[in-house]
This record gives sequence, structure tokens and C-alpha cells, in this order.
Amino acid sequence: MNLEALLASGIDGLMLGFVYGIAAMGLTLIFGVMRVINLAHGPIIALGMFSVYLLTNQLGLNPYLAIPITVLLGLAFGMVMYFVAVNRVINEPELTTLLATFAVSLIIIGLGTVAFTTTPRALDVNLGALRSGQITVLGTKAVAVLIAILVAAGLYALLYRTRVGKSIRAVANNRSAAEIMGINTRGILAFSFGLGTALAATAGGLIATLFAFTILSGGTFELKSFVIVVLGGLGNPTGALVGGILLGLLEGVFTIFIPVGWVPVIEYVIFVLILLVRPNGLFGART
Amino acid sequence: MKTTATESRAVVGTRFGERIRLNLQPFYWLMLALILLAAFIPIVTGSSNLREQLFLVLMAVILASSVNIIMGYTGYVSFGHIVFFGIGGYIAFFLMLNYQVHLVPAALVAGIAASGLALLIGIPVLRLRGAYFALATIGINEAVRSFVNNFEPFGGSVGMFFNVQVFEAYGGSRNALWLAYYGIVAVALLTVTASYLIKRSKFGLGLMAIREDQDAAQVLGINPTRYKVAAYTISALFPALAGAIFFFKNGIIEPAPAFNLTASIVSLVAVMLGGFGTVAGPIIGGVVYDRLREFLLTSSIFSSLHVAIAGVLLLLIVLFVPAGLIGELRRRIPILRRFIE
Repeated sequence: MNLEALLASGIDGLMLGFVYGIAAMGLTLIFGVMRVINLAHGPIIALGMFSVYLLTNQLGLNPYLAIPITVLLGLAFGMVMYFVAVNRVINEPELTTLLATFAVSLIIIGLGTVAFTTTPRALDVNLGALRSGQITVLGTKAVAVLIAILVAAGLYALLYRTRVGKSIRAVANNRSAAEIMGINTRGILAFSFGLGTALAATAGGLIATLFAFTILSGGTFELKSFVIVVLGGLGNPTGALVGGILLGLLEGVFTIFIPVGWVPVIEYVIFVLILLVRPNGLFGART
Repeated sequence: MKTTATESRAVVGTRFGERIRLNLQPFYWLMLALILLAAFIPIVTGSSNLREQLFLVLMAVILASSVNIIMGYTGYVSFGHIVFFGIGGYIAFFLMLNYQVHLVPAALVAGIAASGLALLIGIPVLRLRGAYFALATIGINEAVRSFVNNFEPFGGSVGMFFNVQVFEAYGGSRNALWLAYYGIVAVALLTVTASYLIKRSKFGLGLMAIREDQDAAQVLGINPTRYKVAAYTISALFPALAGAIFFFKNGIIEPAPAFNLTASIVSLVAVMLGGFGTVAGPIIGGVVYDRLREFLLTSSIFSSLHVAIAGVLLLLIVLFVPAGLIGELRRRIPILRRFIE
């Protein structure tokens, strides 16, 4: 056991945690505003990966130029998805919205498998690396962290510094009261859903610059997002970011002490335990 | 779930009015006769192709009917219910492979073990409501899957497979496949019977009261924890039996197909398609969905698109026919409510 390996692995995990955090923020934002758990979250992350991949390889864009475009595409996709699949059942119990979003996930996976097959794809991005002993910081990871921080700051500014953000928070707080105050709740719900999917797509785009992927790769990150969202408290975007960083760090540190295969076992056990003991998340109010 | 407050009151009202009887109505015998009739066709014709198709149909019926007990009657959406299918399969497979236990006792042990596990995890997990419960069941399935993936006695990520000798104890693989078929028919009849008896009993009434309003049910003297845990325990038994038989038939068990979250959600889709909280709904939903899947998979045009088509179908049901086929029939033709559960 050497400290430097631990530090190296910890830093690596920590950096990945920022990307996890962005994905989880998308999931938790949608839940917080409209009490919908978006089961198409993983496939949308995968769509984000393919969006960056196609924009880079087909249109010859720089991957980091493709990411802002992916954000907009994710926003548009989410708003369309809201009106097609969610709006009609928004007031129904969880099962209905769970199944509606799961249906969208099946559609994306089904069409995506036909269009892209399941052969792994990878983007060829190389930004060099910083080395110091055993510690290596890949340029792509550092940029991914930077973009993740910018996105998180952007979301925070949107939610707390703009009128639209105020409306989103009002709708999350009390939808009918917000409606009485003259807020177009349907539009706000659609926009919030779009924001959530935009975050998922962004996370996917960032992951595409780091690892190889297929249309099914979103599933892993969707499950990680669930774990993170529960860590941070359902519906709490700040908690999701912190939870993401925490999960990334834990993953990095765990892999030093235990075989890699056991890491998910520990993650899911923690997930279920936190749901049972602190359903509002580690940072939420005690129930 | 989809029943509005007034509708559900009406249903509960008639139930109280007609006095709860545990006698088996013609409807029950009709369902049983239909299942048996279908089950007999491959036995009479000896068609192994038809037998394999019916095996999958009956398995879909078992999975849908059992998840309906906790989801449809009680209102707790168990997203990861396939975990009991996988656990049952693994325990039975382990016993059959390593201790040469016969399929029947192995399946029974697996079923009891899965129910026992459901009892243990049900007590804490069923305190969660709504989305939290659904998420927890996903987490449990993933935790168990990743555990089995690393658990060497169960073969880790490679899984386990039978050698030739295992089937010889049953008089060859041909006889073993027929035994598996009889087994799945028996489990299907058992599941449907349990589903019907629960629906018609005071216990079932308690579950439905919890579904409509847990706090009100508690005020009326129902112990929600005891009712929910009992329903969860019962609903874990049948998938475990089906899993034991299914993986016996396959001769191989691996973590991914045993704890397949998509298969879990497919059984929820079958319940929605047929009719949430009804007895006949999951049966019809299971049959229709499995046939549809088979049709899409075998047709040259749709086979690559079958996942997407299933998605479109599910979306249309959820958005426009949320009560499912049976639920919609009962809603539109009130007289049928007296005959179709």
C-alpha cells in the first residue's frame, strides 16, 4: 500500500466524479421540479456521447465545440420528450411516469442499436498529460472537470440569478401556487425537463472524450446517477454535484483496497442503506 | 393506481356489499381451464417447438402475475422484482449442480429461500413509498447482480453450467425438458390461483386499501407493514420457482440474464398492458406481450426494431389506455365487473 498510488487513484476518481455529478444533477433536477424519475436518463447520456462523436467525426468539428451544441440538442430533445411522453401523465402516480420515460428509453435504445450498432466507438482526443511520479492527470480529464464546473456554475446562475430560474424554483416548490402567480407552469416544466436532459447529454459528451462507448453505455452512468442522487438527496442539484464527486472519490480509493469487481457491490449496498436510513440524502434534513 | 378516487370507492363499495366469499367463481375455473388446455396441446402433439414457446408464455404469465400482487394490488412498484427470479435460479442451480438435488426439491428450497429473503428485505424497504421504493428495488437487484458477479461459489461472472451427467438422472435431456415444462405449467397454475385467492380475500382487500390510501387503511385497523411484507413475500415465491425451472432447462446460468433489469420491467409492461390490479390482466398481458415479442423478433422487417416498437407500444398504453385491456373492458362494460376479476 503506498500513499502515492492512493493519491493518484483518488485524484483520478475525484475528476471523474465531477462528470458523474453533472449527469446526476440532470436526474435530480427533473425529480425536484416535477417528481418524475427519468428512466431515459442513461440512453440520453448515450445520445450525448453520439452527438459529440458524430459532430466531431462527420462534421469535423472540434469535440469541445461539439459539446455546447450537444447541450442545446439535449435541451431541445428533453422539451420534445416532455410534451410527447410526460406532459399527459404529469399528475399521475410515479409508476405511470416511470413507465412513460422507460418507454422512451426503449425507443432510444432500439433505434440507437439499429443506427449505431453496439460496436464500441471512441473519440480520438489527446490533450497531453501532467505527470508527477505515479500521479498522472490527463488533459482530457482536466478539461472535462473544467467544463463540468462551468456547467454547474451556469445551472446555479440560471436557477438563482434569473427570472426563469425563479419560476423553476417556484414550480418545484408549489405548482398550483406558481400557476396562480401567472407562471406558465407547462412551459417551465418542459424547460426544466430539457435542462435535465441537457445536463445528461453534456455528461455523455464529456464521457465520450474520456472512454470508448456504445449506445448501451449510458446504463452504467444512469445507475451511478441514481446512487449519487440518493447520496445527495433526491431533488437537490448541489447535493448531486457533491454526491458525484464523493462517489468518484470513493471509487478511486476503493479500487486500491478491494478488487474492482466488488466496487459496484459496495456502491449499491450504500445506495440501498442510504435510501433506508436517510431517504433525504446525506445532506438533506433528517426525516 | 389508475383508478380515480371515486371509481375505487365504487369498487370497494360493491365488494363490501356482496360480502367477501372465498368460493371459487366460474371465472377462476375458466382461466384455469384455458391455461390447462393450452398447456396440453404440446403434450398431445408432442411438438417440442410449441412446448418451448408455451414455456416462455407461461413464464411471462408467472412473472407478470406475481409482480402484480405487490404492484397491482398493493401499489408498491417493484422495479427490480427479477431479483427473485435470479436468486431462485442460482440457488436451485447450485443445489442441482453440486449436490445432485432433484429439480423439484431444489426449486422448492430456492422458492422458500427467495421468499425468506423477501421477508427480510421487505420489512425495511417497504417503509419507503413511491419513487423511493422503486429506486430501492432497482438498487437491490443491482447489488445482488454485482455480488453474484464476484461470488466464486456461484461461478462469478462466468456463471455455472451443467455437465452431461446432470440430465442423465432425469433419463436424458429430452425427458428433462418435458419435466421443466410440467414444472412451469404447475407453477403457472399455482401463481394464478394465488393471485385469484388473494384478490378475493380479506387480505387482498386490505392490500387494495393500502394501495388507495395507506394512512386511511391503517386507521381502519389494517397493519400496513404486515400486509405489505406478506404480499412481497408471496410475490417473491413464484418468480424464484420459475427461475429455478428456467435455468434448469437452459443448463446454464449467468448473472446478466438472471438479474436482467429490462426483463423485470417487461413484466411490469405486461401487467400494464393487461390491466393493473386485476387477476386476468397480467395473464393476458403476459401472453400478448410474449407473443408480440416473438412475432417482432421473427419477422424480417421488425426484428432489429423490436425494442423500439415495444417502447412505442408501452408509451401508447401508458398515455392512452392506462387501465390496460382488462381494466378498460371493466370500465366500459360495467356488467363484466361481476365476472372478470
